[in-house]
Amino acid sequence: MFVAVASFVRAETPVRVVSVNVCTDQLLQLLAQPAQIASLSPLARDPRSSKLAQEAGAYPQNDGKAESIALQEPDLIVTGLYTAKATTEMLRSLGHRVEIFPPAYSLDEARDAIARMGGLLGPEAQSRADSLLAAFDSRLEALKATPGPRPRVAFYYALGNTAGSKSLAGDMMAAAGLTNIAIELNRPYGGALPLEQLILTDPDLILTGQPYDAPARATDLLDHPVLKATGTLREIKSGASWLCGTPFVLDAVEELVTLRLDWSARQ
Amino acid sequence: MKPLLALSALTAALFLASLLIGYSPIPLGTALAALFGAGDPLNAMVMQDIRLPRALLAALVGAALGMSGAAMQGFLRNPLAEPGLIGVSASAALGAVLALQTGLAAAYALALPLTALAFAFGAVLLVVLLAGPRGASLTLILAGIAISALAGALTSLTLNLSPNPYAASEIIFWMMGSVADRSMSHVWLAAPLILGGLGLLLTLRGGLDALTLGEDAAHSLGVSLGSIRTRLLIGSAAAIGAATAVTGAVGFVGLVVPHILRPLVGHMPSRLLPASALGGAAMLLAADIATRLILPERDLKLGVLMAIVGAPLFLHLIYKTRREIG
Amino acid sequence: MSLLSLTSLTVRRGACPVVDDVSLTIGTGECVGLIGPNGAGKTTLMRAALGLLPHEGQSSLAALSAAERARAAAWMPQSREIAWPIAVEDIIRLGRMPHGTRLTPRDTQAVEAAISRMELDSFRARPATELSGGEQARVLIARALAQDTPLLMADEPTAGLDPAAQLGTLDVMRQIADEGRGVLLSLHDLSLAARSCTRLILLDKGRLRADGPPQEVLTEETLAEVFHLRARIHATPDGPLLQPLERL
Repeated sequence: MFVAVASFVRAETPVRVVSVNVCTDQLLQLLAQPAQIASLSPLARDPRSSKLAQEAGAYPQNDGKAESIALQEPDLIVTGLYTAKATTEMLRSLGHRVEIFPPAYSLDEARDAIARMGGLLGPEAQSRADSLLAAFDSRLEALKATPGPRPRVAFYYALGNTAGSKSLAGDMMAAAGLTNIAIELNRPYGGALPLEQLILTDPDLILTGQPYDAPARATDLLDHPVLKATGTLREIKSGASWLCGTPFVLDAVEELVTLRLDWSARQ
Repeated sequence: MKPLLALSALTAALFLASLLIGYSPIPLGTALAALFGAGDPLNAMVMQDIRLPRALLAALVGAALGMSGAAMQGFLRNPLAEPGLIGVSASAALGAVLALQTGLAAAYALALPLTALAFAFGAVLLVVLLAGPRGASLTLILAGIAISALAGALTSLTLNLSPNPYAASEIIFWMMGSVADRSMSHVWLAAPLILGGLGLLLTLRGGLDALTLGEDAAHSLGVSLGSIRTRLLIGSAAAIGAATAVTGAVGFVGLVVPHILRPLVGHMPSRLLPASALGGAAMLLAADIATRLILPERDLKLGVLMAIVGAPLFLHLIYKTRREIG
Repeated sequence: MSLLSLTSLTVRRGACPVVDDVSLTIGTGECVGLIGPNGAGKTTLMRAALGLLPHEGQSSLAALSAAERARAAAWMPQSREIAWPIAVEDIIRLGRMPHGTRLTPRDTQAVEAAISRMELDSFRARPATELSGGEQARVLIARALAQDTPLLMADEPTAGLDPAAQLGTLDVMRQIADEGRGVLLSLHDLSLAARSCTRLILLDKGRLRADGPPQEVLTEETLAEVFHLRARIHATPDGPLLQPLERL
């Protein structure tokens, strides 16, 4: 027993890593050695949720339940803050090492998550993270430097929610040179915005996510005839890039910059 | 006729108030002009395409629930018979969810209210058969619990199985109901069936009066119980089904409204029917205005407000009829 | 003129006949009492005659359409059901339903006549459910009277009434018959039946046992056989008086 614990503590480079969250899935896929990845979360292969869904096919998938994860005997479990808390607690009490990655609320926090994951996975991952971050910073600088007017924009998604300025989406909009109407509405954290208030704020662009195949009243609102009638509705194609603090957020920022340039060209 | 006039005036006033009170202040004159398309096109859009359908739906759905409740109570001679409590609304919601999730509603727009109608019909039929000719409270309440639980569970199941991750979040909508941000297309979908159902229920006036004296006496007054039952089933299923298909299940309207209005119309079932339609419309308009005034930041559900008003009244009615329940 | 004629009327509950091959006719001016022990089939006979129960044989009333029947016969069931606290006057006005939905002077007249006949003037605005059992019975009789039909049928109209109210009710029934209409009542009190009815019909186990004037139907032999009752019948100037002695 003593020997087992001692070897566990010495193992600074984990060899069997399990991810239980779609964001940690992607960080793991970007930074770890393929052999280090014991299994990925159930959403890892869903293209709506993960930018690396295709690549995830190469790895085993877990069912997100403590029982089966424990049986894989991982030496590191990475997960999100809101992913099945009971599972996380259970795995901890079974003596496993669990690292929690809270959701990124800004581009800086996304950077921090990349750096932290690199540190957890050993020296090779660390250097991979460093080069990723260097590329991230220079690409972000270039995107931020794109000239042109700054339209007033609402990001309106399921359940009539709007992205606040103090959120990852809000930070991404700012980086892309868009003025978030959540600022003038004094809603730093976003939240439900009644349709009539959105219309009367008269944004230059209303951004929405791509519709799902199956209907839901939550996303039904985005089909409201009034939204179509404004002529300012734009569908965001890079849905999965928005969900997690990964380098892919810059793809989304780039799409936003393109939308902005397209809008100013039409003025 | 005086109560009907007063109720009409109240409903009209609340309808106007519902149009004028929104999340964003629009001055009175501007709002009225915008309603007819004059002035700033943004205001016109808000008045015509957001606030007008909302007020129309609140009024229509309230009328449907109020009159259906009054008709069911008249038929079963039991003040506890209420579309929400006996599981008719929950069944209609299940029908609507199935129509949406199977894609039927996308293929034929009318499939949505019609499926809800069919499920509502099944639930009313089941309750009427179970409760027997004179609806005993115990049977009504127990049948209601069973039907609501089953319909609610199947609704949740259907939504949980949906590949759309947001589908599960709408369970609360189907169980609590809301008229927020509905469009005119929802009004066109629901209005004909609701109005048709209410028209059919209105033909029950004399029959329900006669039923006050029991089925035999009603029969000897020339009333055919079978025909009354058929019209009640179709009329209430059409009204509740169409209403629920576009706004979710709003409970307690059919309980509270007839209960308040009954003394004002001399307890006559015939006079209670039109009065409950107007009263239901007024009550739902008022509740919807309240959802916008109390918590404008949140989409407060109509059913939440109605339950806060209705549930204590329901308990009071159970207390009053508890000897019968035994 | 015949107001009701039954020909071989039979009602079965399962295979067992509850009313067995009954034929009778009721004409104008008659006040007919339907008597018999519990379970003899009195209520079933009347309900089948009105077309409320599936039956074999013919009933002139059951053959009519619902609307025609409502103008031919008024029916007062035994259960005195008043579901809502409706004003007495509104209850009585329900009797006018078969005569059209518009309230005509004739409707008002019939309602007023029924109210004064049943002495309900002081109750007219009261909710009927707040009245005593006897008062409710009077309201429901008034409702049936307001229907203003050639034939009035009532199932135990005197049940639960005090002696004076029983007499009063039967007197009203008799008056109606004397005015040229027909009345068919089921009754348990044999003396009252003998006193007020022009004719008695005795049912026993679903079969018509006797049909005729009270003194012919009510004999000590039939009482013993049908009612299992030893009783003495005194002929008095007010009609036969029945004195029950013992159960057989």
